[in-house]
Amino acid sequence: MASTETAPKSPKADDLAGLEAGLDALDSVQIRRTPVREVLVKKVLPPLVAVALVLVVWQLLVTLKVTDEFKLPAPSAVWDSLTTMWLEGTLLEVLWTSVSRALFGFLLALAIGTPLGLLVSRVKFVRAAIGPILAGLQSLPSVAWVAPAVLWLGLNDSMMYAVILLGAVPSIANGLVAGVDQVPPLFLRAGQTLGATGLKGAWYIVMPAALPGYLAGLKQGWAFSWRSLMAAEIIASSPDLGLGLGQLLENGRNNIDMAGIFLAIILILIVGIAIDLLIFSPLERTVLRRRGLLTKS
Amino acid sequence: MATTATLAKAEDRAEVTHAARIEHVSKSFGGPAGGQLVLDDISLDVAPGEFVTLLGASGCGKSTLLNLVAGLDRPSAGSIETPGGRPALMFQEHALFPWLTAGKNIELALRLRGVPKADRRTETERLLDLVRLGGSYDKRVHELSGGMRQRVALARALAQDSDLLLMDEPFAALDAITRDVLHDELTRIWRETKLSVLFVTHNVREAVRLAERVVLLSSRPGRIAHEWTIDIPQPRRIEDSDVAELSLEITEHLRGEIRRHGQH
Repeated sequence: MASTETAPKSPKADDLAGLEAGLDALDSVQIRRTPVREVLVKKVLPPLVAVALVLVVWQLLVTLKVTDEFKLPAPSAVWDSLTTMWLEGTLLEVLWTSVSRALFGFLLALAIGTPLGLLVSRVKFVRAAIGPILAGLQSLPSVAWVAPAVLWLGLNDSMMYAVILLGAVPSIANGLVAGVDQVPPLFLRAGQTLGATGLKGAWYIVMPAALPGYLAGLKQGWAFSWRSLMAAEIIASSPDLGLGLGQLLENGRNNIDMAGIFLAIILILIVGIAIDLLIFSPLERTVLRRRGLLTKS
Repeated sequence: MATTATLAKAEDRAEVTHAARIEHVSKSFGGPAGGQLVLDDISLDVAPGEFVTLLGASGCGKSTLLNLVAGLDRPSAGSIETPGGRPALMFQEHALFPWLTAGKNIELALRLRGVPKADRRTETERLLDLVRLGGSYDKRVHELSGGMRQRVALARALAQDSDLLLMDEPFAALDAITRDVLHDELTRIWRETKLSVLFVTHNVREAVRLAERVVLLSSRPGRIAHEWTIDIPQPRRIEDSDVAELSLEITEHLRGEIRRHGQH
């Protein structure tokens, strides 16, 4: 009681506000944006170095004549195939044929996989019934679907889309299921006390909370779409189908044109990576950064 | 429109004699017959505007009781009334949604309560000002300190505009300095809003610092063991000698309750 003079018993409102402002300033997390230079050195340079190294080793193997030229074409030969296609005007056409098929197929898979995933994650009976099958389907190579798809639907675009769907829908649905399963129960309880139950709970709490898992599923779904389509295009080539990257590869094999085959493989790889880098990775990073889930390395 | 709503509410408040009435509530988990009894015949009233803390050691079922009052779970026997509608609830973890900003977290509570879109932003700013976080509307949850997060959580709970605020050890995970400041804040806000508060804690001094009434629960099963009415004027300090004195007395009772469990 003797200390009441030095330490005021009832703090004035201003004192408390000032104290709190001080605490807030001390405890707050400082968010720093990485400078462009650092991004270039840490993120862009390493993959460029890796690609350059592969090219050097490749050229070295050709120069040393490790194997026959028709088995291992020089990088310059592949480059020539590329420029030839560009000058003929077929390059973009071939790319667009495959990319548009894959993207349209992916969007279809998205439209089917999302409600399917919601159904599996929310309805116990559906989950018990088809959950394991859906998970198992992911390990089935989509090449396996090409044969029945051709017999069911014939050699046309629908058959391509069927193969894409069978490859990508399970990935997307499973991603969503995993995302929903990982929603912390605390969020559900908090939502419940705020009045978010039933459909409102699904819309305001479960869906946004499951978004990171869902996006991971979409990413994988895209990879599966692209792979499935390439399998379909390689196996089921027909003049009616239009020239895609898969057929380009298959034509290379028929003509024993190794440079053409290499070009097709590289293009398939580049498209797969580019879509991921341009669409899915930025989307995923934005979502994770907003939630403070992205740790800066 | 907002004023008539508050007026109607004020009339309701005048009629009811309690913000929560817990009558002969028991709760057991795991099977109706061989289940474990967690709460045994609890009866407790929280008066409108009253601040009550539930105090007890581990296993006294204080969080269970709070969940029952919040309507997240049902009692095995007895009844719970909350005339003011669904109570607001604050957890030990802030439970803010990381996909929303601080302001949007509060706005979601308003939206779920049915507040029209046009009024939400102003109401959110008012609540943020109340917890002294004006200007933090656009902050992401991970950008806030632990104390700030709990204040946003408090603002979100207040956005429910319930007569009764349930708090489940909301400051237990904070450092001592921040906790002390938040005690002052909570007292200030409680007095400003005239809310009824049911506050769960295992921290005796915290209970005495905040409450008008401290209810001590025994453990396994939880029963009401003792009650103290506190008339030390607010705002108190946790260091005050009368707070310390009463804390000592309550701690002795609490320890007595705990000792009983070691005897058989």
